[in-house]
Amino acid sequence: MSSASDAFLSLDWGRLAPVLIVLGAAVAGVLVEAFVPRKARRPVQIILSLLAVVAAGLVTLMMALDPDKRAVPISLSSAQSLTLDPMAMYLQLAVCASALLGLLVIADRTVQGDDAFTPQAASVPGSEYEDQARRAGLVQTDVYPLVLFATGGMLLFPAARDLLTMFVALEVLSLPLYLLSGLARHRRLLSQEASLKYFLLGATASAFFLFGCAWVYGATGQLTLTGIGLQTGQHLGMDPILLVGVILICVGLLFKVGAVPFHSWTPDVYQGAPTPITGFMAACTKIAAFGALLRVLYSMVPTLEWDITPALWTVAILTMVVGTVVGVVQKDIKRMLAYSAIAHAGFILTGVVTFTSEGLTGSLFYLFTYGLATVGGFGVIALIREVDAEGHMRGEATSLDQWRGLGRRSPVLASVFAIFLLTFAGIPLTSGFVGKFAVFAAAFGEGAWALGLVGLACSAVAAFFYFRVIVVMFFAGEPAEPARGGLGVGVRTQGLTQVAITVALIATLVLGIVPGWFLDFTGDLSLLVVP
Amino acid sequence: MQNFPWLTVLIAAPAVGALVVWLVPGPVRRYARQIAIAWSVLIFAVGVVMATQFETGGGYQFTENHQWIPQFGIRYYLAINGIGLTLILLSLLLVPLVLLAATKEQTTPSRQAHYAALVLALESFMVAVFAARDVFVFYVLFEAMLIPVYFLIGSFGGEGRRRAALKFLLYSLAGGLIMLAGVIAVWTQGPGGAAGFSIDALTGYTWASPTEERLIFLAFFVAFAIKAPMFPVHTWLPDAAQAAKPGTSVLLVGVLDKVGTFGMIALCLPMFPQASVWAAPVIIALAVISIFWGAFLALGQTDILRMIAYTSVSHFGFIVLGIFAFTQTGAIGSTFYMVNHGLSTGGLFLLAGFLIAKRGTQDMTQMGPGLQRTTPALAGTFLVVGLSAVALPGLSTFVSEFMVMAGAYQTHKGWAVVSALGVILAALYILLAYQKIFTGPPREDLEGTRDLTFREAWVVGPLIALMLVLGFYPAPAIDTLKEPVNDTLSVVDGARPLVVALQSEDVQEGGE
Repeated sequence: MSSASDAFLSLDWGRLAPVLIVLGAAVAGVLVEAFVPRKARRPVQIILSLLAVVAAGLVTLMMALDPDKRAVPISLSSAQSLTLDPMAMYLQLAVCASALLGLLVIADRTVQGDDAFTPQAASVPGSEYEDQARRAGLVQTDVYPLVLFATGGMLLFPAARDLLTMFVALEVLSLPLYLLSGLARHRRLLSQEASLKYFLLGATASAFFLFGCAWVYGATGQLTLTGIGLQTGQHLGMDPILLVGVILICVGLLFKVGAVPFHSWTPDVYQGAPTPITGFMAACTKIAAFGALLRVLYSMVPTLEWDITPALWTVAILTMVVGTVVGVVQKDIKRMLAYSAIAHAGFILTGVVTFTSEGLTGSLFYLFTYGLATVGGFGVIALIREVDAEGHMRGEATSLDQWRGLGRRSPVLASVFAIFLLTFAGIPLTSGFVGKFAVFAAAFGEGAWALGLVGLACSAVAAFFYFRVIVVMFFAGEPAEPARGGLGVGVRTQGLTQVAITVALIATLVLGIVPGWFLDFTGDLSLLVVP
Repeated sequence: MQNFPWLTVLIAAPAVGALVVWLVPGPVRRYARQIAIAWSVLIFAVGVVMATQFETGGGYQFTENHQWIPQFGIRYYLAINGIGLTLILLSLLLVPLVLLAATKEQTTPSRQAHYAALVLALESFMVAVFAARDVFVFYVLFEAMLIPVYFLIGSFGGEGRRRAALKFLLYSLAGGLIMLAGVIAVWTQGPGGAAGFSIDALTGYTWASPTEERLIFLAFFVAFAIKAPMFPVHTWLPDAAQAAKPGTSVLLVGVLDKVGTFGMIALCLPMFPQASVWAAPVIIALAVISIFWGAFLALGQTDILRMIAYTSVSHFGFIVLGIFAFTQTGAIGSTFYMVNHGLSTGGLFLLAGFLIAKRGTQDMTQMGPGLQRTTPALAGTFLVVGLSAVALPGLSTFVSEFMVMAGAYQTHKGWAVVSALGVILAALYILLAYQKIFTGPPREDLEGTRDLTFREAWVVGPLIALMLVLGFYPAPAIDTLKEPVNDTLSVVDGARPLVVALQSEDVQEGGE
């Protein structure tokens, strides 16, 4: 009893501040829903959530820049449940940055007051009740606390050092996302289907993870990653129970990352979820999940490398190939970006599975820049709406046919989107290129020629479908028969999305043209992690 | 003045011009063509001033070497030797001529502005790629050049332009992708460090194994062979040249394809000398096949642009032959040939453009016969420029072609003798084309076809003048090219004994 309370008291609460701020604001947000008058809820929620994420980011940044706190990893409790080492802080910063931009996109709405979310989630799609809710101008403002809960989980996830904390963080970040996916304003059935699919598959993945934890505990009697690492170090040869456990844990994490063969939820969820949520989830979940995956893999590398590397290679290659090949035939822009996200997971994995500091440097850089560009890209998609013949604004225009000639109708948005596509394609002078080059160079350098060559070939194929969108936007004539739902056109909003897109664009270009300082930064981090 | 950033200025100036012409509306757009021509003439003048500062025999000059991405050893490293200088001057000369020739091609001011902007953007890349001394920067430019050319073909060409542009793009991207694997391998297997991509650091670098060197060499060589283009990866060029505007083809064949042969001599030979010697027999065989393949197919064409494209395939065969003969005479001949080919083929494409504009067809059988009666000046210039493609003595192409064959004869007697037959075929395809178009009884509808105008004369005049001057007095050009060629060959010569040793080992192993 006393030792538990000692541990509680000795906790370095200051170091936990970012997580506490975000989760605290989330709880406060729930109270806002209960007590603040309906008219004032939306502005209060927006300000609260933006402030929380900014504050969390600033506190993390201050700690990351403080040499005393940066130099050594600090465990927050004697049980080593959470460790705030530089890599954790870096990933938390990346999550905060992407979440902030994501929140801006989520909070934005068109000048007609049309946001991305359904006015009343409980209403049956197409029902009288839904219609009334829309006419009454209801707004589903509990989106913001949900986003904050998810962000809090994402901040914990890469810092967790024992399997149970990791599982709790996984659920804290996942549950709100399942819900958020089902809240789209338009095409609600699609959205609800996505939500259900995400929930069922996500729950299965969580079960895999938990089951894996049990196996690992059975094999080692440990739950902390450090303890497991020490235990595995004492075994000579392969311990099958441990190996099964580690593989099951990896399955759970690879699901969150969106790696093949655990990717099947990605296209449907990315397509069905409200676009701002897609952007937020695509960027932040990937960062957080890769953080956790890195933790698990690197704590067991010394002994299990030879056992799990072949499996990881296979997953990385499959992920790159399936993501690009299936991406080529997509006709919906959100689905296409979903497959592209799968392919990118493969590229990032390529850096991770080299188990070198060069590879990790590349992967960390890649995660950060990919996250920002993803939020920006989905931000643009959120702005492209259908306009029918009478000029009425409708839902988002996501079919590629509706994007034909967008370069003429909305030249600025189309150009910005083209730059995001170029960075996804890994064209030089964009941040996407630097990340790709770093991970492929690490793969070649480590003798992983197969990974590197497959990666190069997949990049080429992927470049094809990114360029196709550019060609459609700028060079395709008007379609012979009018696109279903009308052509897409850039819509005027209150301006928050534009802010997010601009920041993402600047980051993409700056980190593409002068990446040296940032690579130094991720390089330092990786040296501390790679054994 | 050696410290003045000449190369950066020559790269930035066309880029700025392209942006202004492309983006600024109003009067700038209305006079886009005139502004672009004036600007490119000015840039050429700057290039000439730079050339006067160049010290013949002074190695790489006008060096600008700055750190860019130290983690990957990437530097902003520009410098030129004699080869780079001559090719840059060629590019700077051709751009204003192409713009001047294209005056009547585009009807609306906005299309004229776009065309001029793309040509200027391409000029910027061309200067940069010949000046790059960092493998990575070279690679990026090598790929970036595709973008303006793709649009020049795809948006401004004639019938079938989309398909031709796509074919060009796919071929080039495939080559570029293979090269990218090589570029990454250069970084991971090479010396590394903050200058891991500098060609200096990689010149004569000892690779871990001959196999590794050969693989990386092949990655680069395949990309260059596609660009050059060599048999059997040349098929994109005739399609592209046929569909593109002749002005585009001038830059495409006159300069852009030289990036391929330039890459062979400036990157492949110094960085992978052993592999170059190892691969030389096959490459020389392919080069000679290119000579004949291009020549025979040129004989069979009726489309004038397609014919010129095939003659280029033949000429590139000579250039590659000279490079991989590894003799001083041959390599100087090849580098000189690159310039002359730009003048001669550039001139041919421009004249073909005038012919097409006047006659409204690309089919040589529909242009003539008997056009000489109505357009004697055009016929005369076509004959002179055409004979330069045949390498008539007195024209600069003769000097270079003779040197290539003489140089090849020193090391590869058989191939050199065979390649000489290519000259006869060249005479055949040019004179037959001349015969079809210009001689014989005139067609009825030739009345009213205008002869060479003042503007058109100014477009081809400088090219013919240069060919004559360099034909009678090639010494300055050859002096400029001699030293860089010698430097490169000394690296190759240093590697040759190693290759011989390796081969004899192979033979012994095989014997046992």
